[in-house]
Amino acid sequence: MSHLKTLAPYEVKSRDAVENYKGKQLLYINWERHRMFSRPFVLALPPETPFSVIVDQYMTDCFSYHPDWKQIDWNTVVWQNGNTPFTPDRNKSLKENGIGHKDLIRFRTPGLDGIAGTGY
Amino acid sequence: MDMKVAKKLGLKERYTLMTRDLAWDTTYQPMDKVFPQTAYEGIKIHDWDKWEDPFRLTMDAYWKYQAEKERKLYAILDGFNQNNGHLSVTDARYMNVLKLFLGSTPPLELMAARGFSMMGRHMQGAGPRVACQMQAVDEYRHFQTQIHSISNYNKYYNGMDEFAHQQSRMWYLSDGKSFFDDAITAGPFEFMVAIGFAFEYVLTNILFVPFISGAAYNGDMAAMTVGFSAQSDEARHMTLGLECIKFMLEQDPDNLPIVQRWIDKWTWRGTRKLASVGMMMDYMLPKRIMSFKEAWEMYVEENGGALFKDLARYGITIPKCFGQTIEEKEHVTHQSWIGFYMKPQATPFHTWIPTPDEMDWLSEKYPNTFDKYYRPVLEYLDAQEKAGNRFDNKTAPMNCQVCVSTIKFNEPGDPMEMCFRESTYQGEKFHFCSDHCQEIFDNEPEKYIQTFISSHQVLQGNCEPDGTDVNAADFKPGQNMLDYWKLDKRALGDFNGSEDQKNFAAWREQATKN
Repeated sequence: MSHLKTLAPYEVKSRDAVENYKGKQLLYINWERHRMFSRPFVLALPPETPFSVIVDQYMTDCFSYHPDWKQIDWNTVVWQNGNTPFTPDRNKSLKENGIGHKDLIRFRTPGLDGIAGTGY
Repeated sequence: MDMKVAKKLGLKERYTLMTRDLAWDTTYQPMDKVFPQTAYEGIKIHDWDKWEDPFRLTMDAYWKYQAEKERKLYAILDGFNQNNGHLSVTDARYMNVLKLFLGSTPPLELMAARGFSMMGRHMQGAGPRVACQMQAVDEYRHFQTQIHSISNYNKYYNGMDEFAHQQSRMWYLSDGKSFFDDAITAGPFEFMVAIGFAFEYVLTNILFVPFISGAAYNGDMAAMTVGFSAQSDEARHMTLGLECIKFMLEQDPDNLPIVQRWIDKWTWRGTRKLASVGMMMDYMLPKRIMSFKEAWEMYVEENGGALFKDLARYGITIPKCFGQTIEEKEHVTHQSWIGFYMKPQATPFHTWIPTPDEMDWLSEKYPNTFDKYYRPVLEYLDAQEKAGNRFDNKTAPMNCQVCVSTIKFNEPGDPMEMCFRESTYQGEKFHFCSDHCQEIFDNEPEKYIQTFISSHQVLQGNCEPDGTDVNAADFKPGQNMLDYWKLDKRALGDFNGSEDQKNFAAWREQATKN
């Protein structure tokens, strides 16, 4: 129950409601145990965007600075949407992969724990 | 006939005449309409006369006292500036402390002045009203003197001139802005707990260590004098905040759970705000005073712990977040500095990798964490920079919906894992950096769904320089962030190779050699 107390009726809208993104939706990406980056980073993309674009373009652009990036065995990567495990289909869209507005995609690369195993 | 001389008034009588005696109860309008904000937060006050004035200062004495401090301050500032005092600081990296300070602190002093002006209007008792008015003037004075002390540096070093423009636009200033926006849009009693108590009492020393002692240790007499000139004001502010807490708790037992919730909330919000302050102590001051961890132990764990013990007789318990802040004191400054280091194109101050000596200092001060979690990445980034591949992370960060920090803090109990929390409100997801921020959101979601998160606003097309056509076919949001922020290009990038570094070296050479 909200504890908010006001002097008058108080109706406000979310500043980040999906309608404010003109057909796009927000998506956050986090590489677990690799906190060297703008940790999760945020994108605004149409829900029709294929998942492969996320990996090949956005994730590669950001994460390839890290020496672990080249070492990733993509067959062993563990994916989560928020706290829920899921297996994305590269060739399907965000929407078809069940990814909605402000979802957080987390991926774990077993055996790769950042620079000298520090989680960075 | 003997002349009858009126007895000189005692301090107490004089105080009464000059404060409470000037107030009156309204008759044309009921008092609850004149003071509409007194009751709506749920705090019950039965007798305003029970307010104990913690210091008996009248306005006339206040002006006299402040004017004297002002004269001393400006005499010292003049002397410092005329003697090229900026060249006497330890190292040109110090200027970046001033840049970060200028963007983050004076604008918040101004917000405090606005907040306390509102308290001076809305507190129904005359005692607290007068005290809040004085504090409002103090905060305004701090805002001005801080800017004046730094304005001399602005003649020589880059990145200081647009701090006012940047305050409500820069990504890393959003946390402080959100902190005060939250406080000032609360009712008067919550504002007093937020600023008067949690910030001024529990956390203010942590703010003073890097700025004032930091200035003294690093040869900046200007900033040091500003600090000393504010110190007696701060003592008054702390007393006012504490008196307000005690007053609320003594007035009605129903006030306790409300006050406790506010103490929990604002101690945490203040703690988050101080992560970047701690970073100055551990990474930015060329000559260190003490580590953030040591300061936290001394000022928050020991002094704050004693304070909460004292408040236990009113039923107040130690803030919920206390345990987490103790765990985090070994991590937050390192996580914050790496967070800024990775963004060389997005702050008006420079960043750098600590020297080997400085890393050894960090190892000594943080024996449990620095070598294990942070040294390897700093050394890796250092090697990359020396090889001409300086890290520049161009993606936009995810932020906490409540404190607006970038998500960068670890899961409690596991320094390797990022901490994520999530709530759904009216069908939309919201993300947080911690349990405490999530709880603040869940208590008042209506408030925090309005948070201005810079990286989201960019994507909505709301962060563009004047004149940009956001409806043009080829419009791409965020292409002109430097213009939107009015970031001086000379102020960007690593400290190594910066104009500040070169100029400082050249000017000091001129000043000391033939």
